[in-house]
Amino acid sequence: MDLDLLSRQLMDRFQHAMPLCAEPYKAMAVALGCDEAHVLACLHAMDQAGTLSRVGAVFDHRRAGASTLAAFAVPATRLHQVAERVSQYPEVNHNYAREHFYNLWFVVTGPDRPHIQRVLNELEKDTGLTPLDLPMLTAYRIDLGFSLGETP
Amino acid sequence: MKTGLTPRQTLALRRHLEAGVPLVSRPYQCLAERINANEDQVLGQMHQWHEQGLFRRVGLVLNHRALGFTANAMLVLDVPDALIDEVGQRLGRAQGITLCYQRPRRLPQWRYNLFCMVHGRQRQQVETRIQQLLDEHLLSDLPHQLLFSTHAFKQCGARFAAPSMGAPCHG
Repeated sequence: MDLDLLSRQLMDRFQHAMPLCAEPYKAMAVALGCDEAHVLACLHAMDQAGTLSRVGAVFDHRRAGASTLAAFAVPATRLHQVAERVSQYPEVNHNYAREHFYNLWFVVTGPDRPHIQRVLNELEKDTGLTPLDLPMLTAYRIDLGFSLGETP
Repeated sequence: MKTGLTPRQTLALRRHLEAGVPLVSRPYQCLAERINANEDQVLGQMHQWHEQGLFRRVGLVLNHRALGFTANAMLVLDVPDALIDEVGQRLGRAQGITLCYQRPRRLPQWRYNLFCMVHGRQRQQVETRIQQLLDEHLLSDLPHQLLFSTHAFKQCGARFAAPSMGAPCHG
């Protein structure tokens, strides 16, 4: 069994949706014409290699809670320290350095908006930096996985 | 549909799902054991959430960086309010854009109100693709900036359930 080929097929077919049933990996195997054991071995290998972040549910944050995109303009010498402080929060799932005056960008999610506000207030107090707070107003395109073929 | 799960079990299930569906033959049986329920109840809850539109998707969540898609740019544009829906819808349909959101301006610090994500293997290809998109849609004259990421400090699944009992995040 060619795991590279299988992983490619799994990525092509099952990012947007996978079967919602008791034995989803078996159903995926049937759809691809292979064995469940191959699918599981392949997913384990992708997990080990780090290419698979997880098999899981991506919740719609407009329905499932609240979130915001926040940014700090951090003096370069403090970037790692502030980034570490930000990453400590379980509410923060993405935290990136970007080339800009606002050089630290992170997503805060929580059960409701007051919860998010508390996190931002704490961070402001701790770091002495004022975050940009940019909650989503309209989604014109949401992340539905991406195609390995079409991206530059 | 009644699943018979208590609110506490429902919340616990959601936390587990945010960390990932286990890579075993009967993953929902496995999740059911963790919350002291049975497989049918967990599957019933999954279907219910699905029907309620709570999931954006259930499937493989990939790590772009580990796949070699290390050039990740956030394109931000300052679009006149009257045009934001039209421009947003057009860019949202464009190939190569994975996210397209309207967010508020924060003047005077931040003037940009439209955010697009573009992933690629090489920075120059991403820059070229974005320039093509702007030209195609006659948007090159709008104030815009490209923010390439230089380092991922943290990247994992979003966690909407209450914190402090969150499952470990991968990556």
